[in-house]
Formats: sequence, C-alpha cells, structure tokens
Amino acid sequence: MATMIQAIRMALHVGEERLGVTDIFGEDVGPPLGGAFTATQNLKTAWNSPLDERGIVGMAIGLALAGRRPVAEIQFCDYAFNTIDLLKIAGNTYWASAGDWNVPMVMMTPVGAGIRGSIYHSHSFDAQATRTPGWKIVMPSNPRDAYGLMLSAIVDPNPVMFLKPKALLRTKALPGEEIPGEPADLKTLSKMIDAPVGESRSRWKPEWPRLEELYVPIGKARTARAGRDVTVLTYGRNVPMSVSAADELAKEGVEVEVIDLRSLHPYDWDAIKASVQKTHRVLCVNEDTEVTNFGEHLIRRLVEELFYELYAPPKLLAGAHVPGIGLADNLEHASVPHKDGIKSALRELARHEP
Amino acid sequence: MSTSAHTASSSPASSSSSHSSDHQLSPELQLRIHELMLEARVLEERLITMYRQGDGYFWIGGPGEEAFNVPLGLLVDKGTGVEHDYLHLHYRSSATLLAMGADPVDALRQMKNTATDPYSRGRNFAGHYSARKWNVVPVSSPIEVQYSIAPGTAMAQRATQSKGITIVTGGDAGTAEGDFATCLVWSSRKGSELPMLILVTNNQYGISTPFEGQHGEERISDRGKAFGMPTATIDGNDVETSWFALKKAMDYVRTERKPYLLEAMVSRLNGHSSASGANFVANEVDCLARFEKKLEERKLRTRAEMDEMRARMTQELLEASKRVREEPQPKPESIWDYVFADKNYVAGEK
Ligand SMILES: Cc1ncc(C[n+]2csc(CCOP(=O)(O)OP(=O)(O)O)c2C)c(N)n1
Ligand SMILES: [Mg+2]
Repeated sequence: MATMIQAIRMALHVGEERLGVTDIFGEDVGPPLGGAFTATQNLKTAWNSPLDERGIVGMAIGLALAGRRPVAEIQFCDYAFNTIDLLKIAGNTYWASAGDWNVPMVMMTPVGAGIRGSIYHSHSFDAQATRTPGWKIVMPSNPRDAYGLMLSAIVDPNPVMFLKPKALLRTKALPGEEIPGEPADLKTLSKMIDAPVGESRSRWKPEWPRLEELYVPIGKARTARAGRDVTVLTYGRNVPMSVSAADELAKEGVEVEVIDLRSLHPYDWDAIKASVQKTHRVLCVNEDTEVTNFGEHLIRRLVEELFYELYAPPKLLAGAHVPGIGLADNLEHASVPHKDGIKSALRELARHEP
Repeated sequence: MSTSAHTASSSPASSSSSHSSDHQLSPELQLRIHELMLEARVLEERLITMYRQGDGYFWIGGPGEEAFNVPLGLLVDKGTGVEHDYLHLHYRSSATLLAMGADPVDALRQMKNTATDPYSRGRNFAGHYSARKWNVVPVSSPIEVQYSIAPGTAMAQRATQSKGITIVTGGDAGTAEGDFATCLVWSSRKGSELPMLILVTNNQYGISTPFEGQHGEERISDRGKAFGMPTATIDGNDVETSWFALKKAMDYVRTERKPYLLEAMVSRLNGHSSASGANFVANEVDCLARFEKKLEERKLRTRAEMDEMRARMTQELLEASKRVREEPQPKPESIWDYVFADKNYVAGEK
C-alpha cells in the first residue's frame, strides 16, 4: 500500500524501464535529493536541471520534438507562472503546425495548499492549466490513480500536465487503492524503495517491486462515493475531504455522490451528466481562486445543458479571490475549502426546494 | 546610434573570426548561392506585393539576410530525426528554407492562408515554417522562445551520441529575453555541453528600438565568452565571410559537440514588417547587390544574365500567386483539427 508520492515514483520507474521514458528532470530531481517530495528518488534517468523553469519546459519540448520521452518537474506550481508562454507552445505546436509536430511530454508539479506553505507554496494551477488548450490535464486523489494516470500520461502522444496534490502526497492508500504488484504492507514497500536519510544514501540501492502496468484512462472520472441527493464535482485534495463530509452527512440522511474528475481536460462530461441527472443538485469544489475558476466552467455548462434538471442553483466552493494564502492556520483555513464548509454547502443544496 | 553600428556592412571592428572574404568559394557554389539569394529576395518581394494587394494580412521576412541565411541552409545536414540537424528558426528564415529545397510557392500559400499551406494550413503568418521532414521545428511568434526549446533537441542528440547538431537563430533585440540566457546556461554546463550552433542575426533593431541604448555589452557574441564557448561576430552581408564563419562554427560544433555563438551583422532592407510599411530602405547595405557586383567583377555572371534571372523568377512567382489565390481557404470546422495527436475530443462530447 503506497503513499501517493511512492506511487508516482513507481510509475516513473515503470515508465523508464518499460515505457520509453528517457529523461526525468527538474530542480533537485536527480541525486542526491530525488525531488523536493522524493517523487524521483533512485530513478535511473533522473537528473538535476539548472534553476530555470522556462529552461525546464523548453528542454522538455525540445526533447519531445526529438523523439525522446521526457517527464519534467516544476518544483512547485507557484513557480510555473513564468513558463506559461512555453506551456502554450507545448499545447499549440501540434495545432499550429497542422499535425506536423507533436509534443509527447509530461510536466508534473505539486499544487495546492495544506502543508502550511504560505504565499508561494500553496498556489493552485488548475484554472491556469485548463486555460491552456492542447494539454491534457490530470490530478489524482489517491495513490492508485496517481500511478495509473502517470502511466497514461507517459504513453500519451500529447503534452500532459500531472498536477500533484501536495497535501495528499504522503497520505496512505485506502483498501481498494492498491497498485498491482506492490507489497501489501507500507513498511515493506518503504524499506524497498525509500532511500535512507544521511550518509548511507549514496551506497543504497532500491529494490523495486514487480509492478504491473495499470492505465487509468485520461478523460474518465471515478465515482469516489455513490449517493442520490447531491453531486460533488471535485478533484485532488478535495476528493477525500468531500467523501469524508459525505460520510458524515449520511448520518443526517443526506446521500452525497462524489465524482472525482481525475482528468480536468478532457473531462468526463458523460459521468458528470449522469450523476447530475440522478441527484439534480451540484456542488463544485476546488482550491483555486474563485474568479474564472474551472468549477465555474462546469457550472456554466450544467446551466446551459441541464438547466431544467436542476433543483437548486449549482454552487461553487473554491479558494478566496485574494492574492495569496497566508501562513497562519487561520489564514490558510479561511482561504481554501474545508470539510465544514463543504458540509454546510451540501446541506444547503440538499434542503433547497425549487 | 553611431553610423558604424548602423552600417552592418562596415566590417565589425574586431571580428574574432579568422576567416575573411578573401576565401573564395568555387564558381559553381557562388552561382548556386546567388540563384538562391535572388530567389529568396524575389519571394519576399512577391509576399510584400501579395500583402499590399490584399492577398495576405501580414508580412514579415528576411530581405537583407540572404547572404547569411542561404549559406546556412546549404550547410545544414538536412533530414529527419536526431542523426540530422535541428533548426529552430524565426520569421526571417525564408532564404534558409529555400536553400534547403523548400518550394517558394508554399510560402505564397502561407501568405494567402490557404488550406493547402503545408506549414500551418492557413493558421499562421507568413514565414512561420514547419518541416518535420527536415527537422525544422515550427516557427512561433513569441520572440526568443526557440532559444529555450533548442537545448532539448541538442540534449537528445547528445544522449543518442548522434552526429546531428542543433541550430537556433533569432534577432538582436530578443537576446534581452531570459530565453537567450537559458540557451547559454543549458548548452554550456561542464560535462553536459550541447552540440548547438547559437546564431544571432543582428540588424541593429528591435521593431523601432535601436540596438544602442538597449545593450550594455559591446557585442552580443561576447556573452558567450563567460560560458567558455567560442564566439564570433561577422559581417553577415558578405556571402563568403558568412559561409566560412558558419562552416567553421558548424565544424566545431559537429566535432567538439559543444556550443558556439555566432553573431552576424545583417541588414533589414524592408523594415520590420508590413506594420511599418515594408518599403525598401536605401540606407542599408544590400547583400544581394553586393554579391552581384562581385560576381560581375569575377566574370561569373553578367548583369544582363542576372536581370534576366530576376525577371523570370518574378514572373514565375507572379503566375504562382495567381494560382494560389484560387486555392481553397481552410474550412471553419477545421479549427478543431489537430488539437490532440490522438483523439481530438472532450470525453462525452459528440
Ligand atoms: C515575446 C515577444 N515580445 C514582443 C513581440 C513583438 N515583437 C515582434 S518582433 C519584435 C522585435 C524583435 O527584434 P529582434 O529580436 O532584433 O529581431 P528582428 O525582428 O530585428 O529580426 C517584437 C518586439 C513578440 N513577438 N514576442
Ligand atoms: Mg533586430
């Protein structure tokens, strides 16, 4: 049973061993550190790049154009904003050249709040990412999906952005979230693949489990919890939060369905539609700032296409539209959605009578 | 701005290149280069005329850079994949494409934004080439981004120990962007040097902003010195100087597998783009006229022959532009084509 960070590392290992990944790189991605969150520890193709985010994205584009399979990391999405220009190029190259050149690269980056990261380690990137056409965008909420989405991202012929929910990177898998081939016990796995801290690290070698390939299709949502009364459309960190809120509300007789989108683009409209046609009530939850938010897009489309199915005005619970997320607990808490807020929004929706 | 800086022809005060124009190319090669320079010039003239007559919305191109860009195209190891050279060009590179063998009519198609435009199917401005068969990566409008992307193809060449090199080019003003520094940094890391020919065609202008006042460095090429790479600033208005400087730099990159920074002083003969009128400017050196004079002196081609060639090419491209005018425009629904290289869809739609 892996944590999400171990799941990502194992996927990258499978990627470089079997799926043609040639370069895994970014700031502190190679030895000795293996990534700020250890996602790239002991990977044979991992290397340290100069501290230059535009250079990192440019390098990935160039490698992909030349037929390599790069996975580039931006250490925190907070530092991806000066790469937007290059992200646009990765996204438009196939289109601008009318199919002449495609860019099969993966860009991964930790996103969101929840680790007391203050103003510059708490940003979200989903609103920005979904405004960059030509990219596929995924964001897992559990280790198994992280593994399966990463494998799908690696073999995809397009640029794929893999958003890592920072707050979930170290949380353990739940039953049903196993990765095929991994040892059942977290301690055993950790012994096998987590490098020791300190001196002995340089001599240490990982022992990779015999992992099977698992592809979570890009563009397919997952029902994280079934329910008949209200639908939550969410992803990443807010999935377990919403499931937990839903479990508590069940005691009040409200049955909430939680749809984990997993892919933000393309997104699974069929799954969204099916759920909303069942519950007729919708809450979108994510951490990005609320003005021009991806949840707003979903709500716009729901209103346009399913207006007469809705029993309550769709709601968005998102990050406060303030310039940053403050460090103090109270500030962070007041800036992004939490379980209590999700619960009260769901209660309100469930009680609303048309 | 000082006259010496403005007149690209007056040879750069102290070129670090050991080659000078007293190296002569074979007569056949001189004639071939002339023909290509002429073709490139006539093509640009046709594109400008098309713009003026409403057969295009915008012109930008490279009249004034032919003496440098034609030798570049002829010296490239052309092909597909890491074993050949990658080209990360910008919007003044028509002459390089023609020297590589591109059909000038395709440039007219891009100007007319027809569905038959092989470079972008009517999506992009003139001069925004893309040719995967020759490793020409798509030219995109944002200044300098190619300098951040080019290290990637060079890295692939390094990793595969191929014999190909990566060539990147752009203007002088754009070197102020961080991408230029990116290129110098990533290409010169000790033990991880990249086989890159880093070019700058210095026409002494941004759009309207003169070189002077924007640069603290004496020469742009000097910036390479801090990174331990060989550098040169050359008179890019001279065919033979350009040829030998490019050859020397390329040979170095090919054999040493390390970067070389070459700055070529060039002219901008029709202003920045159609936005500034695209009129011929008389006060800059015309590399084509200069080379033609040389060919006459060397008795390789007579004025009459050159005039005849020019008239014939002009006529051919005029005829071609008329045909291109009749070719289909892209269909509105084609905007959805080529969004993704696999399935172009959002799950659940259509
Ligand atoms: C990033 C960016 N900023 C601004 C522009 C608008 N622009 C187009 S060309 C140009 C000047 C470029 O000058 P230089 O790099 O010297 O190239 P030249 O056109 O002279 O060959 C500018 C500012 C742009 N295309 N991209
Ligand atoms: Mg210039």
